[in-house]
Amino acid sequence: MKTVGALLLLSILPAVAQEPVIVGSKKFTESYVLAEIAQRSLGNAGIRAAHRQGMGGTIILWEALRTGQISAYPEYTGTIAEEILKLSPPLSLEAMRQELAQHGVGITEELGFNNTYALVMRRSVAERLGLRTISDLRAHQQLQFGLTHEFIARRDGWTPLAQRYGLATPRVRGIDHGIGYEALRNGSVDVKDAYSTDAKIAENDLVALEDDLRFFPQYKAVFLYRLSLPGPAITQLQSLAGTLDEPRMIRLNAEAERTKDYARAADLYFNTSGSHGETLPHKLLRWTARHLQLAGIALLLSVVVGVPLGIVASRGGALGHAILSITGVVQTIPSLALLALLVPLPFFGISGRTAIAALFLYGLLPIVRNTATGLQDIAPPIRESAIALGLSAAAQLRQIYLPIASRTILAGIKTSAVINIGTATLAALIGAGGLGEPIISGLNLNDHATILQGAIPAAVLALVVQWSFDLLDRLLIPKGLRL
Amino acid sequence: MEALVKLRGVSKTFGAATALHPLDLAVERGKTTVLIGPSGCGKSTLLRLIIRLLEPDRGTVDFDDEPITSANIAERRQQIGYVIQDGGLFPHLTARDNVMLMARHLGRPADESNARLQELCALTRFPADALSRFPVELSGGQRQRVSLMRALALSPRLLLLDEPLGALDPLVRAALQKDLREIFTRLQQTVILVTHDLAEAAYLGDRIVLMNEGRVVQEGTIRDLREKPTSEFVTDFVSAQRSLVLT
Ligand SMILES: Nc1ncnc2c1ncn2[C@@H]1O[C@H](COP(=O)(O)OP(=O)(O)OP(=O)(O)O)[C@@H](O)[C@H]1O
Ligand SMILES: [Mg+2]
Repeated sequence: MKTVGALLLLSILPAVAQEPVIVGSKKFTESYVLAEIAQRSLGNAGIRAAHRQGMGGTIILWEALRTGQISAYPEYTGTIAEEILKLSPPLSLEAMRQELAQHGVGITEELGFNNTYALVMRRSVAERLGLRTISDLRAHQQLQFGLTHEFIARRDGWTPLAQRYGLATPRVRGIDHGIGYEALRNGSVDVKDAYSTDAKIAENDLVALEDDLRFFPQYKAVFLYRLSLPGPAITQLQSLAGTLDEPRMIRLNAEAERTKDYARAADLYFNTSGSHGETLPHKLLRWTARHLQLAGIALLLSVVVGVPLGIVASRGGALGHAILSITGVVQTIPSLALLALLVPLPFFGISGRTAIAALFLYGLLPIVRNTATGLQDIAPPIRESAIALGLSAAAQLRQIYLPIASRTILAGIKTSAVINIGTATLAALIGAGGLGEPIISGLNLNDHATILQGAIPAAVLALVVQWSFDLLDRLLIPKGLRL
Repeated sequence: MEALVKLRGVSKTFGAATALHPLDLAVERGKTTVLIGPSGCGKSTLLRLIIRLLEPDRGTVDFDDEPITSANIAERRQQIGYVIQDGGLFPHLTARDNVMLMARHLGRPADESNARLQELCALTRFPADALSRFPVELSGGQRQRVSLMRALALSPRLLLLDEPLGALDPLVRAALQKDLREIFTRLQQTVILVTHDLAEAAYLGDRIVLMNEGRVVQEGTIRDLREKPTSEFVTDFVSAQRSLVLT
C-alpha cells in the first residue's frame, strides 16, 4: 500500500513543479486551432505550454483567464466589447486594452482576420456576374437569397443590412444552414449567409462578398492573456498578430475539419506538415498518463479519507449512519451534475482539481461501505480475543481488524478504481485532459474514429486496473485468509 | 483460603433479562475453580465480567484485593489468559504469530520470546513444526492448544477457560483434559474453567461452582455435590449427568 502511494505521489510531483503556460480554447474548431497555434508558438520559443481544449463558452473562458486558471485564450473584439466589457461597439483596441488592464488582462494586436457574418456565393457565379462587394448586389435583383432563419431575424441581420445597402430583392427564402450550402451547390440558391472564416467557404469554392459599407460588427481575432505572464510569453503571443487573414484562417479551419486533427491545422500554420505534430501513439500515451494521474490521485484521496470514515461508520450510531447516507447520496448525483456543481466553487473552477475532487467523491462510497461492512463482519470471538489479550484499541484495529477486513476493503478500492477510470473521461469536459479529450473532440467533430481513440484505451485501462487489483489481492491479503 | 479473584455483589442484566443476580465468589490461588450449570445460567457472562468484556451493573471484581476498573484493566488483561470454545484465533496470523502477538506488542526481546515459544510447545504438546501454519490449516485440537499457548504466553496469573474442549471429539478431548491437568499442576496455575460436563469438572476441578439461572446454587468438591446436595436442583443436575455416563 505504501509503495503504491509513493509511486502515485511521484507521478504528481513533476506536474506540480513546473507551471506551464495554459492556453484555453472555446468549443469550436477555430478556437481550438488558434489555441493550438499559440501553444505551439510558445513551445517553439522554449516556453512550456499546454492547450486546455474546448473548455466552454465566453463566460467560462473569461472567468478562467481572470482567475488565473488559464493564461491566455483566443477571443474576438466584438465579443470582448459586448459580452465581456458590456460596452457597445465600436470600441478601439486601445480603449479595450485600458478596460481589460483593470482585470489584469492584456490583449494582443489583431491576428488579421475578421470572423463575422458574410454573404457568400459560388465563385463561378460571382465571377460571371462581376460581383465583389455587397453593394454590387444592388444591380442583380434576380438573384435567389437563401438565408438562415437566425440571420433573417437578427438585429444585425438581413433587414437592416438590406436597408443599409438598399437591396430591394424580393427573392429571400429562409433555409437551414447546412442545407443552404447544398442549395448553393446545386444552384437553387445564389447568395447565402455564413461566418466569414467558415471552412465550408473553401470546401465549396465559395467567395465572401466584401462588406464595403462596414455593416457587420467587427469580430477581429486577438489573444487575451494575463498581464502577469512572463515577458517572453507575451512577446510570443504578440508575434502571431497580423499573420492570419481570412483565406488563411479558412484553410486552417478546413484542414482541421478535414483531418479531424487540430494539431494538423497548426502544422499548416507553421508549415511544418506533421513534423511537430504529435503522433497518435504519443498522444495516446499523454492522454493515458493524464487519465491515470487524475484517477490515481483521486483514488489515493478516496482511500486516505474513505478507510477512516469506514472505520467510524463501522461503529454504527448516528455518526456512522450519517457517513454512510451522505456518501451514498453523493454517489447518486450524476457525474456531469457533480462537475457542474463544483466548477463555480472558489478553489475549484475549470481545472484538474475539480475533476479530481469529483472523482474522489465518487470513489468514496464503495471504500467507506466496504470498510464498514468488512469490519462489522468480523466474528465476535475474534473481537473478544483481541480485547481480552490486552491489545490497545489502535493495535486491535491495525493488527487484527483491518487485516481481517482487508479483502472486503480492497474489493471496495477496486470498485472505486474502476469507476474512476470510467468517470475520468468526463474530466475533459472541464479541460482537465485525459482520455476524454479525444472523445469530446470526436463528439464535436462528429468523428467516430476520434471518439474510439479515447473510448477503447479507457475500456482497456479499466480492465488492466481490474487485473492489477486481482494481483494486488495476492500481495496485500494475508495468506491465512486466502487458504 | 487465599483468593486471587473476589466477586462482590456483581450483577448483570441484558435489558429486561437478568443474566447474573448479585453474586459473591472467591477464586482460590493456584487452584482450578470450575463453573458448571445448564445452558444460559450465566457462566460465560461471569468470565466476561472478570476480564471486562462486559461492565457489571453493580458490584466489584477484586484482583489481588484491588478492584478492577477501566483504568487498570489494560494492565490486568496482560495478567489474565482467556480461551474460548472455538479458540478465537486470528485467521490471518500463523500459530506462532498468534501466540507471540502480545509479546511482540510489548516489545519483548526476540530470543526471550523464542525460548518461551519452545517452552509452550513442550508444555501443550504442540508440534513445533506446525507453528508456521495458519489456523485453518490446524485441527480443532491443535487450534485449542495454540489458543492455550497464546493465553499462557505472558505467564498469566489467572487463566479463564470458557468451554475450551466443547467442540472436540471425545478422544482429542480426553487427551487435552489430561494435558490440561498436568499443565495446571505444573504451573500451579489459578484457573477458572467453564464446562457443561460434570466428569470434566470432577477431573480438572479442585472446587466446583454449580450455577442456575444467574445464581450460585452450591460450591464445593464433587463429593460435596454428590453427597451433600443443598437443593433438589443439585441432585437432579448431578444424577442427570451420572445416568448419562452409566447407561
Ligand atoms: N450480549 C448479550 N445480550 C443479551 N443477552 C445476553 C447477552 N449475553 C448473554 N445473554 C443472556 O444472558 C444469559 C446468560 O448467558 P451466558 O452466555 O452467560 O450463559 P452460559 O451459562 O455461558 O450458557 P452456555 O452454557 O450455553 O454457554 C442467557 O440467558 C443469555 O441469553
Ligand atoms: Mg457460555
